[in-house]
Amino acid sequence: MSRDFDWPEFLFLLGALRWTVVLSLIAFVGGGIGGLVLAIARTSSHAILRWLAATYIGVMQGTPVLMQLFLAYYGLAVLTGIRIDPWPAVTIAFTMYAAAFLGEIWRGAIQAIPRQQWEAAAAIPLAPSALLRHVILPQAFRIAIPPTVGFLVQLIKGTSIASIIGFVELTRAGQLIVNVTFQPMVVYPLIAVLYFALCWPISLVALRLERRIDAALGIKQHP
Amino acid sequence: MPLLALSSIRKRYGSNVVLNDVSLDVEAGEVVAVIGRSGSGKTTLLRCINGLEAIDEGSIVFDGKPLPPGGAELRELRRHIGIVFQSLNLFPHHSVERNITLGPTITNKVPLAEAKAIALDVLREVDLEDKLHAYPAQLSGGQQQRVAIARALAMRPRLMLFDEITSALDPELVGEVVKVLERLAVSGMTMVLVTHEMGFARRTADTLVFMHQGRVWEKGPPRELFAAPKTPELESFIRAVLEPNG
Repeated sequence: MSRDFDWPEFLFLLGALRWTVVLSLIAFVGGGIGGLVLAIARTSSHAILRWLAATYIGVMQGTPVLMQLFLAYYGLAVLTGIRIDPWPAVTIAFTMYAAAFLGEIWRGAIQAIPRQQWEAAAAIPLAPSALLRHVILPQAFRIAIPPTVGFLVQLIKGTSIASIIGFVELTRAGQLIVNVTFQPMVVYPLIAVLYFALCWPISLVALRLERRIDAALGIKQHP
Repeated sequence: MPLLALSSIRKRYGSNVVLNDVSLDVEAGEVVAVIGRSGSGKTTLLRCINGLEAIDEGSIVFDGKPLPPGGAELRELRRHIGIVFQSLNLFPHHSVERNITLGPTITNKVPLAEAKAIALDVLREVDLEDKLHAYPAQLSGGQQQRVAIARALAMRPRLMLFDEITSALDPELVGEVVKVLERLAVSGMTMVLVTHEMGFARRTADTLVFMHQGRVWEKGPPRELFAAPKTPELESFIRAVLEPNG
């Protein structure tokens, strides 16, 4: 006998939404730190650093996130001999995945800063670290807002893959509810709405941030 | 001893020789204007002087010390050599004031309050003290170049390099920048300018250098060179710039 979809089921979904948010946040922040290191390594003058970063990014971008997830889940277990929980496995996998993509996005943003800006900063003459911090990265940050937010939204939706190894986030919770209510046409649209409610405001905030930065710098708005 | 001594500089890009046996001495307080056609090596010469381009042969000696190839030593020397470029390249995300105080505070470790006083000082020298809190996008091209001059002056350089700094400007904005350059020259600043402003070169430069095919083709006081060029190349160049449609 099946139950109907009601408040307890809805609250169960909201509880799982929390894990979608937490996983996305950890992956985004951790991936952001890793991505910054990768982006700087990718644009550095040291060939070995460039090669290491490019190799990492290439491997991570060239393999499905699902395989990375399996490797983190089963691979770590095989290597350490300990059966690990889905939770650390998904965090590690998504963080490494996010680092690769953010690293590549930010590399592009850094390289989009005109050569003249590097030369002007070298003429003052700022040391390489100060040059990055005060001249290049702030400008790259502005350029990187739209693709970074685009990636964050993809990441949030992409965490649904974690359901495959049994991590109960929003999508997995939805499957569980459908299994007991047999009401997929109630549950899945609701889940889509919840993802949308999470992602849409992020895009709006990003757009406002862009406009605010441009206005502060006296840069004319594009229509 | 000259402040800057270039001897027998050679610079190649692949098989293309851009600077060929260039020698030039610049005394303290001297104003040197470098003229010549596009591709004659003027800009490359300027970029070699502060190490933005490496030379293949010859030597560059500034204040008795050879130009280091790179790293912290080159940066140390660059503190004394200011450069302003043709392209407008203030830092667009910083206010005029921050554009100017970045070098003094970060490179020279000057306290911020003192650096702000310097910023006001150098902005007065270029008549833009009212733009202290403006952002580059709010300034005209001429104003941006004057701020770029102020930014370089804030490091209290002993030598200033100017690379065609009026070439990217609308014609009506050239005058205000040239006026600042003339004032700077009168104040005794040692300057090397690559320029297409022949009137300015004639009025202000102590020495005119005509470059052709990567060489110093002719050199001397501007009045003499303009009045009596010794080579047909300079003669035809002067004719071309003075009567562009003739």
